[in-house]
Amino acid sequence: MGWPEERASIRRDALGIAAYAGAFGVSLGAIAVASGLTVIQTCLLSLAMFSGASQVAFIGVIGAGGSALAAIPATLLLGIRNTFYGIRLVQVLGVRGRRVAVAAQFVLDETAAMVIARDDEREQRYAFWFTGVLLFVVWNVGTMAGALGGSAIGDTAAFGLDAVVPAAFLALIWPRLDDATSRLVAIGGALVAITLVPLLPPGIPVLAAAPVAVVAGLWRREPRSAT
Amino acid sequence: MIWVAIITASVGCYLLKLAGLSPPQTLLDRPDVQRVAALLPVALLAALVAVGTFADDGRLTIDARVAGVAAAVVALLLRAPFLVVIVVAAATTAILRAVT
Repeated sequence: MGWPEERASIRRDALGIAAYAGAFGVSLGAIAVASGLTVIQTCLLSLAMFSGASQVAFIGVIGAGGSALAAIPATLLLGIRNTFYGIRLVQVLGVRGRRVAVAAQFVLDETAAMVIARDDEREQRYAFWFTGVLLFVVWNVGTMAGALGGSAIGDTAAFGLDAVVPAAFLALIWPRLDDATSRLVAIGGALVAITLVPLLPPGIPVLAAAPVAVVAGLWRREPRSAT
Repeated sequence: MIWVAIITASVGCYLLKLAGLSPPQTLLDRPDVQRVAALLPVALLAALVAVGTFADDGRLTIDARVAGVAAAVVALLLRAPFLVVIVVAAATTAILRAVT
Protein backbone atom coordinates (compact mmCIF):
# COMPACT_ATOMS: atom_id res chain seq x y z
CA MET A 1 0.00 0.00 0.00
CA GLY A 2 1.20 3.50 -0.78
CA TRP A 3 1.23 6.32 1.74
CA PRO A 4 -2.16 7.86 0.73
CA GLU A 5 -3.86 4.46 1.11
CA GLU A 6 -2.02 3.80 4.38
CA ARG A 7 -3.10 7.19 5.69
CA ALA A 8 -6.71 6.59 4.67
CA SER A 9 -6.61 3.22 6.43
CA ILE A 10 -5.32 4.85 9.64
CA ARG A 11 -8.08 7.46 9.47
CA ARG A 12 -10.73 4.76 8.97
CA ASP A 13 -9.52 2.78 11.99
CA ALA A 14 -9.35 5.94 14.12
CA LEU A 15 -12.90 6.88 13.12
CA GLY A 16 -14.05 3.41 14.20
CA ILE A 17 -12.49 3.95 17.62
CA ALA A 18 -13.90 7.47 17.82
CA ALA A 19 -17.40 6.15 17.11
CA TYR A 20 -17.54 3.91 20.16
CA ALA A 21 -15.41 6.20 22.32
CA GLY A 22 -17.91 8.98 21.61
CA ALA A 23 -20.75 6.75 22.78
CA PHE A 24 -18.85 6.00 25.99
CA GLY A 25 -18.18 9.71 26.41
CA VAL A 26 -21.90 10.50 26.24
CA SER A 27 -22.61 7.77 28.77
CA LEU A 28 -19.84 8.96 31.11
CA GLY A 29 -20.99 12.58 30.88
CA ALA A 30 -24.48 11.56 31.97
CA ILE A 31 -23.10 9.43 34.81
CA ALA A 32 -20.84 12.29 35.96
CA VAL A 33 -23.77 14.66 36.35
CA ALA A 34 -25.86 11.96 38.02
CA SER A 35 -22.92 11.46 40.44
CA GLY A 36 -23.07 15.07 41.54
CA LEU A 37 -20.64 16.89 39.26
CA THR A 38 -21.78 20.03 37.47
CA VAL A 39 -21.74 20.26 33.67
CA ILE A 40 -18.72 22.59 33.83
CA GLN A 41 -16.83 20.21 36.14
CA THR A 42 -17.65 17.27 33.87
CA CYS A 43 -16.39 19.13 30.79
CA LEU A 44 -13.25 20.36 32.52
CA LEU A 45 -12.49 16.80 33.60
CA SER A 46 -12.64 15.62 29.98
CA LEU A 47 -10.55 18.54 28.72
CA ALA A 48 -7.88 18.50 31.39
CA MET A 49 -7.72 14.88 32.49
CA PHE A 50 -8.60 13.37 29.08
CA SER A 51 -8.19 9.78 30.13
CA GLY A 52 -11.29 7.59 30.17
CA ALA A 53 -10.16 5.15 32.85
CA SER A 54 -9.02 7.92 35.21
CA GLN A 55 -12.25 9.85 34.70
CA VAL A 56 -14.32 6.74 35.42
CA ALA A 57 -12.32 6.25 38.64
CA PHE A 58 -12.74 9.89 39.68
CA ILE A 59 -16.47 9.94 39.00
CA GLY A 60 -16.83 6.53 40.67
CA VAL A 61 -15.41 7.80 43.97
CA ILE A 62 -17.54 10.97 43.88
CA GLY A 63 -20.65 8.99 42.91
CA ALA A 64 -20.08 6.51 45.76
CA GLY A 65 -20.15 9.45 48.19
CA GLY A 66 -16.41 9.39 48.86
CA SER A 67 -14.59 12.61 49.67
CA ALA A 68 -13.34 14.57 46.68
CA LEU A 69 -9.77 14.28 47.90
CA ALA A 70 -10.08 10.48 48.08
CA ALA A 71 -10.72 10.55 44.34
CA ILE A 72 -7.21 11.87 43.66
CA PRO A 73 -5.12 8.75 44.44
CA ALA A 74 -7.65 6.47 42.73
CA THR A 75 -7.48 8.61 39.62
CA LEU A 76 -3.69 8.84 39.54
CA LEU A 77 -3.34 5.08 39.98
CA LEU A 78 -5.26 4.61 36.73
CA GLY A 79 -3.08 7.21 35.04
CA ILE A 80 0.16 5.32 35.68
CA ARG A 81 -0.32 3.07 32.68
CA ASN A 82 -0.06 6.13 30.44
CA THR A 83 3.48 6.63 31.79
CA PHE A 84 4.34 3.13 30.60
CA TYR A 85 2.86 3.81 27.16
CA GLY A 86 4.91 6.98 26.96
CA ILE A 87 8.20 5.15 27.32
CA ARG A 88 7.28 3.22 24.16
CA LEU A 89 5.74 6.13 22.29
CA VAL A 90 8.66 8.53 22.78
CA GLN A 91 10.80 6.21 20.69
CA VAL A 92 8.65 6.62 17.60
CA LEU A 93 7.20 10.11 17.97
CA GLY A 94 10.45 12.03 17.57
CA VAL A 95 9.05 15.01 19.49
CA ARG A 96 11.11 17.56 21.40
CA GLY A 97 10.59 20.65 23.52
CA ARG A 98 7.14 22.14 23.43
CA ARG A 99 5.71 19.41 21.21
CA VAL A 100 6.40 16.86 23.97
CA ALA A 101 4.11 18.90 26.22
CA VAL A 102 1.36 18.76 23.56
CA ALA A 103 1.90 15.10 22.68
CA ALA A 104 1.66 14.13 26.37
CA GLN A 105 -2.04 14.98 26.55
CA PHE A 106 -2.74 12.47 23.75
CA VAL A 107 -1.01 9.51 25.45
CA LEU A 108 -3.88 7.03 25.92
CA ASP A 109 -4.72 3.34 25.65
CA GLU A 110 -6.11 4.02 22.17
CA THR A 111 -3.19 6.00 20.76
CA ALA A 112 -0.69 3.50 22.19
CA ALA A 113 -2.64 0.65 20.59
CA MET A 114 -2.87 2.43 17.22
CA VAL A 115 0.90 2.98 17.27
CA ILE A 116 1.93 -0.55 18.20
CA ALA A 117 -0.41 -1.93 15.55
CA ARG A 118 1.96 -0.46 12.93
CA ASP A 119 5.61 -0.93 11.97
CA ASP A 120 6.49 2.08 9.86
CA GLU A 121 7.52 5.17 11.83
CA ARG A 122 5.68 7.60 9.56
CA GLU A 123 2.47 5.58 9.94
CA GLN A 124 2.98 5.35 13.70
CA ARG A 125 3.37 9.10 14.06
CA TYR A 126 0.37 9.81 11.88
CA ALA A 127 -1.70 7.23 13.79
CA PHE A 128 -0.74 8.82 17.11
CA TRP A 129 -1.61 12.40 16.17
CA PHE A 130 -4.71 11.65 14.11
CA THR A 131 -6.20 9.29 16.70
CA GLY A 132 -5.22 11.56 19.60
CA VAL A 133 -6.69 14.76 18.21
CA LEU A 134 -9.83 13.04 16.84
CA LEU A 135 -10.50 11.32 20.17
CA PHE A 136 -9.90 14.57 22.05
CA VAL A 137 -12.62 16.29 20.00
CA VAL A 138 -15.08 13.40 20.05
CA TRP A 139 -14.55 12.62 23.74
CA ASN A 140 -15.09 16.21 24.82
CA VAL A 141 -18.14 16.74 22.61
CA GLY A 142 -19.51 13.38 23.81
CA THR A 143 -19.10 14.01 27.53
CA MET A 144 -20.57 17.51 27.16
CA ALA A 145 -23.59 16.12 25.27
CA GLY A 146 -24.05 13.46 27.96
CA ALA A 147 -23.70 16.00 30.75
CA LEU A 148 -26.24 18.35 29.15
CA GLY A 149 -28.56 15.46 28.27
CA GLY A 150 -28.95 14.80 31.97
CA SER A 151 -30.28 11.34 32.77
CA ALA A 152 -28.23 8.46 31.40
CA ILE A 153 -28.74 8.33 27.65
CA GLY A 154 -28.75 4.84 26.26
CA ASP A 155 -26.89 1.88 27.60
CA THR A 156 -23.56 1.13 25.97
CA ALA A 157 -24.15 -2.57 26.63
CA ALA A 158 -27.29 -2.55 24.50
CA PHE A 159 -25.41 -2.39 21.20
CA GLY A 160 -22.64 -4.69 22.31
CA LEU A 161 -20.31 -1.72 22.69
CA ASP A 162 -18.84 -3.21 25.86
CA ALA A 163 -17.48 -6.05 23.70
CA VAL A 164 -16.05 -3.60 21.17
CA VAL A 165 -13.44 -2.25 23.59
CA PRO A 166 -11.63 -5.57 24.19
CA ALA A 167 -12.14 -6.57 20.53
CA ALA A 168 -10.59 -3.32 19.29
CA PHE A 169 -7.53 -3.56 21.55
CA LEU A 170 -7.11 -7.21 20.59
CA ALA A 171 -7.24 -6.31 16.89
CA LEU A 172 -4.62 -3.61 17.40
CA ILE A 173 -2.13 -5.77 19.34
CA TRP A 174 -2.76 -8.70 16.97
CA PRO A 175 0.08 -7.80 14.52
CA ARG A 176 2.54 -7.78 17.46
CA LEU A 177 1.65 -11.32 18.50
CA ASP A 178 3.72 -12.79 15.67
CA ASP A 179 6.78 -13.34 17.86
CA ALA A 180 6.97 -15.75 20.77
CA THR A 181 8.08 -13.26 23.44
CA SER A 182 5.23 -10.83 22.71
CA ARG A 183 2.74 -13.67 22.67
CA LEU A 184 3.96 -14.91 26.05
CA VAL A 185 3.87 -11.38 27.48
CA ALA A 186 0.31 -10.85 26.19
CA ILE A 187 -0.90 -14.15 27.65
CA GLY A 188 0.99 -13.54 30.89
CA GLY A 189 -0.37 -10.00 31.24
CA ALA A 190 -3.91 -11.18 30.55
CA LEU A 191 -3.64 -14.01 33.10
CA VAL A 192 -2.18 -11.77 35.82
CA ALA A 193 -4.96 -9.23 35.31
CA ILE A 194 -7.74 -11.83 35.29
CA THR A 195 -6.39 -13.47 38.44
CA LEU A 196 -6.32 -10.16 40.30
CA VAL A 197 -9.75 -8.86 39.20
CA PRO A 198 -11.64 -10.39 42.16
CA LEU A 199 -8.93 -9.33 44.64
CA LEU A 200 -8.03 -5.74 43.82
CA PRO A 201 -9.85 -2.50 42.97
CA PRO A 202 -10.51 -1.73 39.27
CA GLY A 203 -7.49 -0.60 37.28
CA ILE A 204 -4.84 -2.23 39.44
CA PRO A 205 -5.17 -5.68 37.79
CA VAL A 206 -4.30 -4.09 34.42
CA LEU A 207 -1.37 -2.21 35.93
CA ALA A 208 -0.13 -5.44 37.48
CA ALA A 209 0.50 -6.75 33.97
CA ALA A 210 3.38 -4.28 33.55
CA PRO A 211 5.90 -6.34 35.58
CA VAL A 212 5.33 -9.20 33.12
CA ALA A 213 6.73 -6.98 30.35
CA VAL A 214 9.63 -5.86 32.56
CA VAL A 215 10.62 -9.41 33.48
CA ALA A 216 10.31 -10.65 29.89
CA GLY A 217 12.26 -7.68 28.52
CA LEU A 218 15.14 -8.10 30.96
CA TRP A 219 15.17 -11.87 30.67
CA ARG A 220 15.98 -11.98 26.99
CA ARG A 221 19.63 -11.03 26.98
CA GLU A 222 20.47 -12.14 23.44
CA PRO A 223 20.86 -9.44 20.74
CA ARG A 224 17.68 -7.86 19.41
CA SER A 225 16.16 -9.87 16.62
CA ALA A 226 14.66 -8.36 13.50
CA THR A 227 11.18 -8.14 14.97
CA MET B 1 -12.95 20.88 47.60
CA ILE B 2 -14.25 19.26 44.42
CA TRP B 3 -12.42 21.84 42.31
CA VAL B 4 -9.17 21.17 44.19
CA ALA B 5 -9.64 17.46 43.47
CA ILE B 6 -10.42 18.01 39.78
CA ILE B 7 -7.43 20.26 39.22
CA THR B 8 -4.97 18.21 41.28
CA ALA B 9 -6.02 14.91 39.70
CA SER B 10 -5.97 16.38 36.18
CA VAL B 11 -2.53 17.94 36.60
CA GLY B 12 -1.32 14.67 38.13
CA CYS B 13 -2.67 12.64 35.20
CA TYR B 14 -0.99 15.02 32.77
CA LEU B 15 2.34 14.80 34.59
CA LEU B 16 2.14 11.00 34.52
CA LYS B 17 1.69 11.16 30.73
CA LEU B 18 4.52 13.69 30.40
CA ALA B 19 6.85 11.61 32.58
CA GLY B 20 6.56 8.68 30.17
CA LEU B 21 7.60 10.89 27.26
CA SER B 22 10.50 12.47 29.16
CA PRO B 23 13.00 9.79 30.20
CA PRO B 24 16.70 10.69 29.75
CA GLN B 25 18.09 9.70 26.34
CA THR B 26 20.81 7.56 27.97
CA LEU B 27 18.08 5.41 29.45
CA LEU B 28 16.24 5.09 26.12
CA ASP B 29 19.45 4.05 24.36
CA ARG B 30 19.81 0.97 26.52
CA PRO B 31 18.71 -2.19 24.65
CA ASP B 32 17.08 -3.72 27.74
CA VAL B 33 15.01 -0.56 28.27
CA GLN B 34 13.97 -0.67 24.60
CA ARG B 35 12.90 -4.29 24.93
CA VAL B 36 10.86 -3.58 28.06
CA ALA B 37 9.33 -0.46 26.48
CA ALA B 38 8.27 -2.45 23.41
CA LEU B 39 6.62 -5.11 25.57
CA LEU B 40 4.86 -2.79 28.05
CA PRO B 41 1.95 -1.78 25.76
CA VAL B 42 1.51 -5.43 24.73
CA ALA B 43 1.19 -6.54 28.37
CA LEU B 44 -1.08 -3.66 29.41
CA LEU B 45 -3.37 -3.81 26.37
CA ALA B 46 -3.62 -7.61 26.59
CA ALA B 47 -4.61 -7.14 30.24
CA LEU B 48 -7.24 -4.60 29.14
CA VAL B 49 -8.58 -7.10 26.61
CA ALA B 50 -8.85 -9.80 29.29
CA VAL B 51 -10.46 -7.51 31.86
CA GLY B 52 -12.82 -6.04 29.25
CA THR B 53 -13.89 -9.53 28.26
CA PHE B 54 -14.30 -11.24 31.63
CA ALA B 55 -14.53 -8.65 34.42
CA ASP B 56 -17.78 -7.18 35.63
CA ASP B 57 -17.73 -4.95 38.68
CA GLY B 58 -14.85 -6.74 40.39
CA ARG B 59 -16.06 -10.22 39.52
CA LEU B 60 -15.21 -12.62 36.71
CA THR B 61 -18.16 -13.54 34.52
CA ILE B 62 -18.85 -15.27 31.24
CA ASP B 63 -21.47 -13.33 29.33
CA ALA B 64 -22.26 -12.20 25.79
CA ARG B 65 -19.02 -10.19 25.64
CA VAL B 66 -17.00 -13.42 25.57
CA ALA B 67 -18.89 -14.50 22.44
CA GLY B 68 -18.28 -11.08 20.89
CA VAL B 69 -14.53 -11.23 21.51
CA ALA B 70 -14.41 -14.86 20.34
CA ALA B 71 -16.10 -13.76 17.11
CA ALA B 72 -13.51 -10.99 16.82
CA VAL B 73 -10.73 -13.60 17.10
CA VAL B 74 -12.31 -15.58 14.24
CA ALA B 75 -12.51 -12.38 12.17
CA LEU B 76 -8.84 -11.64 12.92
CA LEU B 77 -7.81 -15.17 11.92
CA LEU B 78 -9.65 -14.58 8.64
CA ARG B 79 -7.60 -11.37 8.27
CA ALA B 80 -10.63 -9.11 8.44
CA PRO B 81 -9.92 -5.38 8.58
CA PHE B 82 -10.16 -3.53 11.91
CA LEU B 83 -13.62 -2.05 11.35
CA VAL B 84 -15.05 -5.45 10.40
CA VAL B 85 -13.53 -6.98 13.55
CA ILE B 86 -15.14 -4.47 15.91
CA VAL B 87 -18.51 -4.55 14.12
CA VAL B 88 -18.50 -8.37 14.29
CA ALA B 89 -17.79 -8.18 18.04
CA ALA B 90 -20.56 -5.65 18.68
CA ALA B 91 -23.11 -7.45 16.48
CA THR B 92 -22.39 -10.88 18.01
CA THR B 93 -22.76 -9.55 21.55
CA ALA B 94 -25.86 -7.48 20.78
CA ILE B 95 -27.62 -10.32 18.93
CA LEU B 96 -26.80 -12.81 21.68
CA ARG B 97 -28.24 -10.41 24.29
CA ALA B 98 -31.36 -9.85 22.18
CA VAL B 99 -32.14 -13.57 21.84
CA THR B 100 -31.28 -14.67 25.39
